Amino acid sequence: MTWTIEGSTGAWEIVVGLEVHAQVISKAKLFSGASTLFGGEPNSQVSLVDAGFPGMLPVINHECVAQAVRTGLGLKAQINLMSRFDRKNYFYADLPTGYQISQFVHPIVGEGKIEIELADGTTREIGITRLHLEQDAGKLMHDQDPTRSFVDLNRAGVALMEIVSEPDIRSPEEAGAYLRKLRQILRYLGTCDGNMEEGSMRADVNVSVRKTGEAFRTRCEIKNVNSIRFVTQVIPIEAMRQIEIWESGGEVDQETRLFDPGKGETRSLRSKEDAHDYRYFPDPDLLPLVIERSWVDELAAALPELPDEKRARFQTEYGITAYDAGVLVAEQATADFYEAVAKGRDGRSAAAWMTGDFFAALNRMSRGIEESPVSADALGGMLDMIADGTINGKIAKEVLETMFETGESASDVVERKGLRQVTDTGAIETAADEIIAKHADKVAEYKSGKDKLFGFFVGQVMKATAGKANPAMVNEILKARLDG
Amino acid sequence: MALDPATARRVAKLARIGLNDQELETVRVQMGSILDWIGMLDEVDVENVPPMTGTEHVTLRQREDVVTDGGRAEDILSNAPDRAGAFFTVPKVVE
Amino acid sequence: MLTDLTITTAIDGLRRRDFSASELVSAHIGAAEALNPRLNAYITITSESAGAAARSADEALAKGDAPLLTGIPLGIKDLFCTAGIRTTAASRILSDFVPPYESTVTQKLLHAGGVFLGKTNLDEFAMGSGNLTSFFGTVESPWHRTGDATPLVPGGSSGGSAAAVAAHIAMGATGTDTGGSIRQPAAYCGIVGLKPTYGRCSRWGTIGFASSLDQAGPMTRSVEDAAIMLGAMAGFDPRDSTSSEQPVPDFRAAVNRSVKGLRVGIPKEYRSEGLSEEMQAVWEKGIQWLKDAGCEVSDVSLPHTEYGLATYYIIAPAECSSNLARYDGVRFGLRVPGDSLDEMYEKTRHDGFGEEVRRRILMGTYVLSAGYYDAYYLKAQKIRTLICRDFINAFEEVDVLLTPTAPTTAFGINEKPDDPVQMYLNDIFTVPASMAGVPAMSVPAALNAEGLPLGLQLIGRHFDEETLIAAGSVLEKAAGFTARPDIHAGVAA
Repeated sequence: MTWTIEGSTGAWEIVVGLEVHAQVISKAKLFSGASTLFGGEPNSQVSLVDAGFPGMLPVINHECVAQAVRTGLGLKAQINLMSRFDRKNYFYADLPTGYQISQFVHPIVGEGKIEIELADGTTREIGITRLHLEQDAGKLMHDQDPTRSFVDLNRAGVALMEIVSEPDIRSPEEAGAYLRKLRQILRYLGTCDGNMEEGSMRADVNVSVRKTGEAFRTRCEIKNVNSIRFVTQVIPIEAMRQIEIWESGGEVDQETRLFDPGKGETRSLRSKEDAHDYRYFPDPDLLPLVIERSWVDELAAALPELPDEKRARFQTEYGITAYDAGVLVAEQATADFYEAVAKGRDGRSAAAWMTGDFFAALNRMSRGIEESPVSADALGGMLDMIADGTINGKIAKEVLETMFETGESASDVVERKGLRQVTDTGAIETAADEIIAKHADKVAEYKSGKDKLFGFFVGQVMKATAGKANPAMVNEILKARLDG
Repeated sequence: MALDPATARRVAKLARIGLNDQELETVRVQMGSILDWIGMLDEVDVENVPPMTGTEHVTLRQREDVVTDGGRAEDILSNAPDRAGAFFTVPKVVE
Repeated sequence: MLTDLTITTAIDGLRRRDFSASELVSAHIGAAEALNPRLNAYITITSESAGAAARSADEALAKGDAPLLTGIPLGIKDLFCTAGIRTTAASRILSDFVPPYESTVTQKLLHAGGVFLGKTNLDEFAMGSGNLTSFFGTVESPWHRTGDATPLVPGGSSGGSAAAVAAHIAMGATGTDTGGSIRQPAAYCGIVGLKPTYGRCSRWGTIGFASSLDQAGPMTRSVEDAAIMLGAMAGFDPRDSTSSEQPVPDFRAAVNRSVKGLRVGIPKEYRSEGLSEEMQAVWEKGIQWLKDAGCEVSDVSLPHTEYGLATYYIIAPAECSSNLARYDGVRFGLRVPGDSLDEMYEKTRHDGFGEEVRRRILMGTYVLSAGYYDAYYLKAQKIRTLICRDFINAFEEVDVLLTPTAPTTAFGINEKPDDPVQMYLNDIFTVPASMAGVPAMSVPAALNAEGLPLGLQLIGRHFDEETLIAAGSVLEKAAGFTARPDIHAGVAA
């Protein structure tokens, strides 16, 4: 179903493309040997190159190139063996050299795609136009002094990947799903930590509106939206603004805008007379970047399994549902945990326990899976005790809860609390006989055809054995007595 | 090729070089005469000629991902015409 | 007199203990301080640090393990960043800049034992052909027309280096060449100037003008001196992405290499363009000298020569407009206060840059701007490919080219043409080699009727500086150029 906004002249479709700036995980900057660590003292992670001193020259960081190629491979994109760096010229206080080194004409990665899944279970493919490497700028602080802004160049020169989508996105939900999926892929690849709060992933959102079947209309770019929630919020707000302009007979100007989440509106960022002319040209301090096909193949071979493939494998290898598989591959750590639990065990049972009681317990404790008091081994040990009949499922819930509280192993909990399942036929038969004798009326009702009462007898026997009786044996013994 | 005053002003603005009207007019005329002279290149046929990028035809050399620099804020700031602690400063920017 | 020595002879004299490094350096410092008020060849004379370096040199010489250039007094063009020593690019915008780093080329010279006498004057940011655009004033050539005191330009942009070497107030000096800035002043001042292959000397720490063209090289009083200095300056630098990994040969060994059978090309396109009759005659002499030494001389064609200069005046300003954007009054250099960021930028860059630099920045900004990029910059880069192919084709037939270095001799400081294009024509013979990145050298060949030096230019294949040195030595010997300028060390200014 198409997502539309109803205007006074009818339904409007939205058209969205996203430009994501993802900070590359590397030790040193794109063109200098200064550190990329977050939160250093002002201007302490700056080399003479980053500060644009006279005569300083850029030399590219090999790992940043590798990270861009890995990301391209993860996005099923074309890797360009020849790419080139251009200078984007403009003056600003956070840009020391007066130009940003970026790949304008020949990016390192070309067209690719991302498959997103929506709440209703449908999937869509969003095209990737390109990915290129570029430098981050420094940081300005405006609130420290009445007449001056302060400049910290620690960020200046850190490698960014700009990942540009096709204008394929048609709803706020799709935009959110795209960003989550992209972030998931980047984290799996280890090429960007995806941390939007610290600014290591930022999105520029291109929004336009149109009537169904029309060509694209003028778009506006909303710069630097720094959370997925804000992205999904700003799209309908900006779309509505444009619809109102069109419907009142106006023209939308192509421009850069900023989102003010407090006011719930976007506003124009630059005035028109200051039209930018970036004067791109190939950076004469750098030669074309040529990489070998064989090196790309090596990187491809060493690539980790990505979420889509892992999910498909979990379904076939462990026989779990698409839904459970999706939940389990959301984070690499969860997927690894699941595999450690499920290996050599019943994968379905492992998935049920993890997505059920295990996640619930972590949620109650507000802990991530990396800090779980119950290790994958410990959870596996508990599943083993269910499988070999030492405990039954009901008791297992209690055991797991204790494991979360005390950090003990399942067997220690079972031993300490005496929760071992009763498999002694005599004990169960005695309990069954007592129950039958005590409830002669119910026995009569059962025999006269009220089959549902069988469950009552099972429950009573379980109660009498403090829940520890083997449920299958209880069933068998009761059946022999009641149906015999 | 004569350069019109609006273009000259736009170029000076892009280059962030403040010029008064007289300076702008002088440079406008000079640039016009340089552009006239450069116009001789119109007669060169460059069909199918690739642009030259770098004079030696080798690929870009790459550095290892090792932190080798930084921790020298005093060096970085030592020539600053104005500073506040470990920050450079600029006239207040309104964003 | 110690200031009469060349680098080659001084190296031997120091090792024979005929004189000490301290004596050699102080002779040069004394002469520099005496002549500089007139010539203005140095922006900064570093007497104290030069004295200290000379004393260290004497210690190293005493120990017997001194590197080749130990104790040799050199001038350093004020475009090379020198740690702790003011480096200005002859611009107001950097007039107080003290780099916390040493350029690769000067670092290599220091490693080789060189003693720096000071920072030599130049056209502002190396943009000019007469050393007329320096914020620190014009340099006067030590040469004058016979019986005529009219002050002449030393050429540019390395005019201070050329004047200092010619006047014997530096034994050798570094220059940089973007379109002729080593070779043209060398020709005007009657010295040797060698622009190596692009990528031969690291650009790291040398203030950039046009990145794809800038190249450092030596300026000396003999070809052998140039070979020695280049050997110390050249070599791969991992900090410069355009630096070449080609091994550095023993350039000095090429000085005595035979040129018998060497094929010399005479580019016919250089026979035009305002070439003086005197220059034409010297060129013919040069051809004969090489023939006499056993060279085979033939005509070659470089068909795109006439477009070189116009192409250069698109590419160099375009790159300079971007390279000079960093001079914005924030991290170093001059700041002229303004109420807004843009006002601060505009005032700083107006007051900080001189007229020629501003004009080139504006030209470069224009040719790169939207709607003009393809017509100017892209087209110029394509023509550059054609110019480069001209040389590659020529070098299939010959091993080296012989041309005049400049169309005329030095002109008067007050005879500067008003039209910038007229001024640019000084570079007409030097620009093509820069565009192609091939090495080229100017060797003094003769004096003209007015008593001013004329230079001949040799152009070689990429990374074949050795052939230039071999052929240059032949020209040097045949020319027997021993003339000195009327102003030089030991002569009252």
